[in-house]
Amino acid sequence: MTRTLVIIPAYNEEHSLPMVLKDLAEQLPDFDVLVISDGSVDGTAAVARAAGVNVVELPFNLGIGGALRTGFAYAARTGYERGVQFDADGQHDPEQVARLLAALDRGADMSVGSRFAEGGAVTYDVGLVRRAAMRMLRLMVRVMVGQQFTDTSSGFRAFSRPVLEFFADTYPVEYMDSVEALVLACNAGFRVDEVAVNMRGRTGGAPSTGGIKLVYYYVRLVVVVLASASRTNRRMRRVRADAGTGDPREVEAT
Amino acid sequence: MSVRAHVMVVLLALAAILFILRLVRQRRLRAKYSVLWLSIGLGLAVLAAFPGLLTWVSDVVGVEYPPALFFALALSFLLLLCLHFSWEISRLEDRTRALAEEHALLQQLVLSRMSSDDANGAERVSPSGESPPGGRRR
Repeated sequence: MTRTLVIIPAYNEEHSLPMVLKDLAEQLPDFDVLVISDGSVDGTAAVARAAGVNVVELPFNLGIGGALRTGFAYAARTGYERGVQFDADGQHDPEQVARLLAALDRGADMSVGSRFAEGGAVTYDVGLVRRAAMRMLRLMVRVMVGQQFTDTSSGFRAFSRPVLEFFADTYPVEYMDSVEALVLACNAGFRVDEVAVNMRGRTGGAPSTGGIKLVYYYVRLVVVVLASASRTNRRMRRVRADAGTGDPREVEAT
Repeated sequence: MSVRAHVMVVLLALAAILFILRLVRQRRLRAKYSVLWLSIGLGLAVLAAFPGLLTWVSDVVGVEYPPALFFALALSFLLLLCLHFSWEISRLEDRTRALAEEHALLQQLVLSRMSSDDANGAERVSPSGESPPGGRRR
């Protein structure tokens, strides 16, 4: 059976985490679970250890991007063939992981669970500002990668081994990393499929931001994603140029 | 410029240079910054000692009001310096982040190795240290 790691970034989630881990253990008993405690000051790491899963404890808060990158590095180094990104706040359903993995079986390098795709269901309300911002993100991503995604900031994703290795070094660390990561993966030539999933309301924790601050973050994100897109294009061109002139055996080896 | 103002400006410039030298001697400034700040201090001192110099330079570049040239230069220098510091902070953040990640991964490795040593002697460690016995490789 394919070795799969469920990667859970967690920042002060001691209340919701035990339930999430219990669900995972019951419904996906064959999968290994890694909790990355992102500088938590509560009992996040302790409850995770008590649940018998592996824990990586960051010495201070890096933000979700840094935590995920650590998870990808762990998965890549310890030889996992697949990774699943999973939320610690209980909004992801272990039952739906199969849908993400099925997309990898169909040949995708990475799959993104969408609340809004055909066949998915939204069981909770998204605020007005957030909805407008999401629409803008959708448009931006479509323009930049030429592929339609309905839920660009979804944190419910699955990755094949090559993407795990890729993200172990390159996963974006700024806020709203998920959108940037999507653009990054597409521009690097990975096949990214969107999959309809159901999500639940969160059982703990609060939405990370709201209002004016959210607007600021979206503006910042536009800058970051544009920069990231231009950067990857240049890198891709260079890789292609190297592949064209260099020794083919060398290219294969690296 | 009155003699009194002249003396005061020269003294201020000298004080600035002495302060910078002190920091450099105590190794509280990295060499790359000490050179930067020392040349700034020297520039200020020269301008303070010979006020005619600024007037002459502004004549050459066509600025009618010499202090305006001085402020424009000072401001652009400060802006560049701020930019440089932002760049340097970004780089430092990247490095501390990488260190934090590496630290966390190594800590996990050590802990899992210790617990598996406890469990079964000097057995080779499986990637998931606390996984159930069935999950052990080899």
